[in-house]
Amino acid sequence: MAELFHRKLERTAIGFVIAIIAAASVGGIVEIAPLFTINETVEEAPDLRLYTPLELAGRNIYIREGCYACHSQMIRTLRDEVERYGPYSLAVESKYDRPMLWGSKRTGPDLARVGGKYSDFWHVAHLTNPRDVVPESNMPAYRWLARTGLETEDLGRHLQAQRALGVPYTNAMIANATADAFGQAAPDSPFAAGVTERYGEKTQVSAFDGVVTQLTEMDALVAYLQVLGRLTDAAYSNTAAPQQAPDPTN
Amino acid sequence: MVQQLTTGERQNALIILLFVFVAGVAMAAAGGSDPLGVHGVIVLLFGGALAALVMRSYYEREPTQDRLSHYYDDPIKAGVALTLAWAIFGMFMGVWTAAQLAWPDLAFDAGWSTFGRLRPTHTTGVIFGFGGNALIATSFHVVQRTSRARLAGQVSPWFVLLGFNLFCILAVTGYFMGVTQSKEYAEAEWYADLWLVVVWVTYFVLFLRTLARRKEPHIYVANWYYMAFIVVVAILHIVNNLALPISLGQAKSYTIWAGVQDSMVQWWYGHNAVAFFLTAGFLAMLYYYLPVRAQRPIFSYRLSILSFWGITFFYMWAGSHHLHYTALPHWVQNLGMTFSVMLLVPSWASAGNALLTLNGAWHRVRDDATLRFIFVAAVFYGLSTFEGSFMAIRPVNALSHYTDWTVGHVHAGALGWVAFITFGSLYTLVPSLWKRERMYSPALVEVHFWLAVAGTLIYVFSMWNSGILQGLMWRTYTEEGTLAYSFLDSLVAMYPYYIARAFGGLLFLLGAVVAAYNIWMTVRAVPVAAGRQADVPDSGLAPNTVATPAE
Repeated sequence: MAELFHRKLERTAIGFVIAIIAAASVGGIVEIAPLFTINETVEEAPDLRLYTPLELAGRNIYIREGCYACHSQMIRTLRDEVERYGPYSLAVESKYDRPMLWGSKRTGPDLARVGGKYSDFWHVAHLTNPRDVVPESNMPAYRWLARTGLETEDLGRHLQAQRALGVPYTNAMIANATADAFGQAAPDSPFAAGVTERYGEKTQVSAFDGVVTQLTEMDALVAYLQVLGRLTDAAYSNTAAPQQAPDPTN
Repeated sequence: MVQQLTTGERQNALIILLFVFVAGVAMAAAGGSDPLGVHGVIVLLFGGALAALVMRSYYEREPTQDRLSHYYDDPIKAGVALTLAWAIFGMFMGVWTAAQLAWPDLAFDAGWSTFGRLRPTHTTGVIFGFGGNALIATSFHVVQRTSRARLAGQVSPWFVLLGFNLFCILAVTGYFMGVTQSKEYAEAEWYADLWLVVVWVTYFVLFLRTLARRKEPHIYVANWYYMAFIVVVAILHIVNNLALPISLGQAKSYTIWAGVQDSMVQWWYGHNAVAFFLTAGFLAMLYYYLPVRAQRPIFSYRLSILSFWGITFFYMWAGSHHLHYTALPHWVQNLGMTFSVMLLVPSWASAGNALLTLNGAWHRVRDDATLRFIFVAAVFYGLSTFEGSFMAIRPVNALSHYTDWTVGHVHAGALGWVAFITFGSLYTLVPSLWKRERMYSPALVEVHFWLAVAGTLIYVFSMWNSGILQGLMWRTYTEEGTLAYSFLDSLVAMYPYYIARAFGGLLFLLGAVVAAYNIWMTVRAVPVAAGRQADVPDSGLAPNTVATPAE
């Protein structure tokens, strides 16, 4: 019976195509659509702050250089991961991340909570030549970041595109995007105050690469690395016991 | 290529190329010094160079009226050449990146040569460049032969083939410049993605119109898979790549999906790129070139139906197994795991169907390296789909995820299955396409076979070892209840395996170079065989073809 039906189906190309679309659509619809409608999918985090223009620029450099190919930003709900990297990652922590950078491979360690773990100076030395600080490392050296000026003129457009997609950047944030990028990396400049005013007191304002006279890609990338895991405290207040990995010796 | 076109078709081709050229100029003007501007220059050069090629032959003699009673093989021949060129490029990039993991200073002091930028040139080069061109070329061949009809277009097959290659070029040159969406296996930016939609719709229409011309009442099973490949890849590509560019003059865009939803969309795409690009399309090759080469009909028609619809339905649920124990809701993870395990049924139905088809032809498998390529492909298909279902089980995934085991699994599929079936198909296709008696050197096919087997095994075993070792080191505790190894300890333990892996990859690359040489010499130096001339639509199926389903 079923075979007879199929013998008919395979005589019509259009019918066959429609059958393929029907069969192939179900899984995606069932798994993706509810992620937008079920409220528990993304936790509440009232203290969640936005990426500053400099951090967003740094994030885009992280993407451009393919850092995600070797570093995850997703601590799983497994005991060893929580003990190694910190509280497991929550969905809300990447709520505004376009695209998300959870990653799929750890040639290097997870970076979801690397922010604040090392000094700016360490990051600069490490990115300049990883083997200067970690002799066994196989990470590429990113020397040119420190000698490449950061493109800041279009940062307002970046924020605007993000807002169009639902990230709550304000008009003032968009208007001051370029100035804020300078200000965040130049603590003694007149532009610095505006950054904490718009993005919150916890925003790190610092001469990331140690040179305040020029804003470089190194500044942006270090600013981004230093904010990883620090946009909200939600993960620390959520103290549900982490799930344990099965014991392979049993 | 131009000689096969009438004057009217040559004009159409020129108009299309003019559009491409103008689009390139507009991109270059709007982009300026942005990478989009560089891509504009590449597009205008591409359009301009092809236009010059058409112009050069514009006044040559038109084809004779009887061309329509022949199969249209020129685009397939170009597709075979492009397949081999991308194979060597993509595999070379793979060897280079693999070597960088063992010797990190094998890069220049510039962004383009670092691991993060090179990795997508490898993945795109082999998946889309090598795999995609092989799929387009073989689909043009298979759909004509199994339908006993000429392709339903004279310019559109070229548009599909060359347009697809323009996409690949934009993607790969973009990665060198740092243009990437960072979505795995969908890194190309918005304008390249839009272009691919145009190309893909043309491909779909061309394929359906060719099927509509068929002289067989039934659509052969290989074409089911090609259809699923074309249709579903279009859906996946469009949904995953929805994005808002920051301006029309810049390459950078932001995807409309964010956070956890983006993770699900990305892996829904990512896993089904494996399913419908790297599985469905290559199963189509299996269902045609295996029976042709083995000279045996497919073992079971029913198994073909079962496995086809099983794969089409189940695979789409499986993507969330890439996100076990993450912030993705638990219910989605469980669905992904369940369907991944069920997927083993249709997968093994296909693999079993292929192996049982060889029953009665085992002496050919022994003697014929080409058929052995196809045989090994079916075996690796069975092995890696089993491994995939196994790794999708949550507790197994807890160990395997983020480690080299995943990389080993992917390459068991990509080398052992995808590349083996492709080379087996090419060695079957090339002599028949160029109407040669045989390949230039059967001995070199044999050499390629053993290089490929050795390379695959060395690669896969080293990644299994490193992956499982890494996973165990991360979770090992001391008796005091503290983590036994630092991350760095686990990295140091990887180096021997990274060196072995690069060596395995190098052997596989050498095999591809041997294949390219052998195919080149077959076209250049092997005389045309008279018996091959009968391969035309009206003469029934191609000689030796028994590719009809068993009753």
